Formats: sequence, C-alpha cells, structure tokens
Amino acid sequence: MGEVIVVTSGKGGVGKTTTTANLGVGLAALGHKVALIDADIGLRNLDVLLGLENRIVYDLTDVTGGRCRLKQALIKDKHCEGLHLLPASQTKDKTAVSPEEMKKLCQDVAQEFEYVIVDCPAGIEQGFRNAIAGADKAIVVTTPEVAAVRDADRIIGLLEAAELRNPKLVINRFRYKMVQQKDMMSIEDIIDILAVDLLGVVPEDEQVVVSTNKGESVVQDERSRSGQAFRNIVQRIKGEAVPLMNLNQNGMLSKLRRIIGLK
Amino acid sequence: MLEFLTRLFSRESSSSKDIAKERLRLVLVHDRAGVSPQLLQALKSELIKVISNYMEIDESGLEVNLESNDNQVALIANIPIKQMKRLPENVVSTL
Ligand SMILES: Nc1ncnc2c1ncn2[C@@H]1O[C@H](COP(=O)(O)OP(=O)(O)O)[C@@H](O)[C@H]1O
Ligand SMILES: [Mg+2]
Repeated sequence: MGEVIVVTSGKGGVGKTTTTANLGVGLAALGHKVALIDADIGLRNLDVLLGLENRIVYDLTDVTGGRCRLKQALIKDKHCEGLHLLPASQTKDKTAVSPEEMKKLCQDVAQEFEYVIVDCPAGIEQGFRNAIAGADKAIVVTTPEVAAVRDADRIIGLLEAAELRNPKLVINRFRYKMVQQKDMMSIEDIIDILAVDLLGVVPEDEQVVVSTNKGESVVQDERSRSGQAFRNIVQRIKGEAVPLMNLNQNGMLSKLRRIIGLK
Repeated sequence: MLEFLTRLFSRESSSSKDIAKERLRLVLVHDRAGVSPQLLQALKSELIKVISNYMEIDESGLEVNLESNDNQVALIANIPIKQMKRLPENVVSTL
C-alpha cells in the first residue's frame, strides 16, 4: 500500500503543480512507482507540465463516474519509467466528484503505486476538500510573500482540522539576494510564523520556465539549482536527512564549486 | 562620523521584510482567532453598553483592536471618556 501525499497551498500560482510534477519525476527517476493525480478539475495543468497533453483519453471523473477502469485512465509518462498520470477533467464542474469518491480513488491507486501525489487546486472549497480527502500526508507550498504565507497558515489550520497533522512546508521562488537586502522574508521568518517543519526551499529559477515550455521537469536538469532543490526534497520524502543546499548562488565559494563541478 | 556611518549602513528603519513580517503577524492573529470585523463590532457595542453604565464615553472615538508585538497578542481598547457619571452610593458599594 503506497503513500498518498497531497500538495496544497491555498493561494494559486505559488508552485503546487510545478512541485507535484518535479517530485513525481524525481521519485520515478530513482526507480519508484509513482502516480500523479491532477485534482484541479476544470483547470487541468499537470498533463501540460509533463508533456502528456496529447495522450489523454479518459480522466479522473470518468474513473469516479464508472465510465472507465482506473488502468485505462492512467497515462504512462514518455521519459520516465514508473511514472503515471491520472489527468483532471477539463470540462466537468468541480462538484462532479465527492470527497468519498476521491478517498476511494486514492486507495485504489495506492494499491498499485508506492507514491501517489495529488495536485490540489487553489482555494479552500470543494476542490480542496476533494484533494485532501484521500491523503495520508500533506505538503504545503508557499512563496515568501505576505498573501501566500497567510493562505498557507489558513491551509495548515484546515489540514489539521481534517486530521492531516504535521504538514511539511516547501518555500518556493526563494530569492537569496532579496533576503540579503532585507526585502524578502527569510526561511527563519516564515518557519517562525507558520511553526511547521521545513521540507525544502526552491530558489526562483528561470530554468523552471524553460523546462515547463518543453514539457520537461527541472528535477532532471543536473545543472539547475531549482532541480537540485527538488532532488533534495525527493530524498527527504524518502526519509533521508539532506541538508539545505547553499542558496547563495553568487557567493565566491559556490561560484568556485560550480566551476570545478561540485554542486 | 562613526555614528553617521553606522546610521548610513544600518537599515534599522524598518526594511520591507520587517514590515511584511509585522503585517503578516497581525493578520494571522485575526485569522487564527477567527476574529471577524463583525465580532469586533459586536464586542465594541457590548463594551459601550457596559462602560456607559459608569461613565459617559465618546462612542465615535472608541477603538478596539488586536495588536501583536514580540510574540504577545493584546486586545487594545482606547475609550475616550467625556465625563464620569455621578453614581449613587449604593451602586458604588456593590461594585
Ligand atoms: N522556482 C520557480 N522559479 C521560477 N518560476 C516558477 C518557480 N516555481 C513555479 N514557477 C512558475 O510559477 C507559475 C505558477 O506555478 P504553478 O506550479 O502552476 O502554481 P500553482 O499550481 O500553485 O498554481 C508557473 O508559471 C511556473 O512556471
Ligand atoms: Mg496548479
């Protein structure tokens, strides 16, 4: 029986889908059997991030509605052995699925896969309740901004109310230079305010956009810094203690390290 | 001279991150406590009722807010008094 992890945030645009895709690809690249579930019904994205948009036949609501079997709806990833996607429906409205149906679905998927990662829609309504219904664990994504951290706090409260205790935090789009200039909240500031465990920090990185354009994931780009951050998070999900990477990309030491090929 | 330099280089006057942090703290106090504007309004009305039994207050100048500083959250009420009421002996003795 696999582990069901929901990736959530409250606020839109902070990097839930990016995180889901990268963790999925990262875990599969290490040989794990992984299924990604796109629970953002009506606004499906995960298929595009993975470059699988042309291969969708059935979707999530076809499975919960009994119009096809789970196996028929799961799409196998092109590049990554062991990675599968259950796409969201693009047309049906969000109430087409109930939390009970999602729970059953997650259980069924977890029978076949080691890791099941659910990409949650923004907001705190039905779509959110559906996405968390079948989860064993939660990852909360935020950016170092007031509105995003505020929403993360709200989500953490709702997760705890739903018995999803100890969610883990990913701080995305972190800019070391702005933190140095005291124009962005630091990791400590955010952890201090939210009082949760940190799972990882992903730097702001143009490479995320470049990879996304191509339907690839930065986690597979050996040289990218955000890719390194996602690879570290993958290790931590597997239970390994990996220290935070050096986020100062312009420091003498890290420049030198990159030149001589150490990360 | 040294003082001038330290003032020039220390960005003690709130950096934008400090402002962000402080605003966040305060907004979370409200969010976490579930303190809605309606609730604060109701609290205000009741305060006015109770305090008016004892003194004449300036209702328009009444301010009730949650504030946070250094991990402490306080309910701060500023209640301008127009005039103390002259209370009958017996009321005072039961206070
Ligand atoms: N670390 C990052 N660096 C740069 N851009 C990022 C980063 N993470 C996410 N983005 C960009 O931010 C946008 C929103 O990301 P997305 O994962 O779709 O957010 P969500 O699913 O939370 O709405 C996308 O355009 C994505 O490419
Ligand atoms: Mg998304």
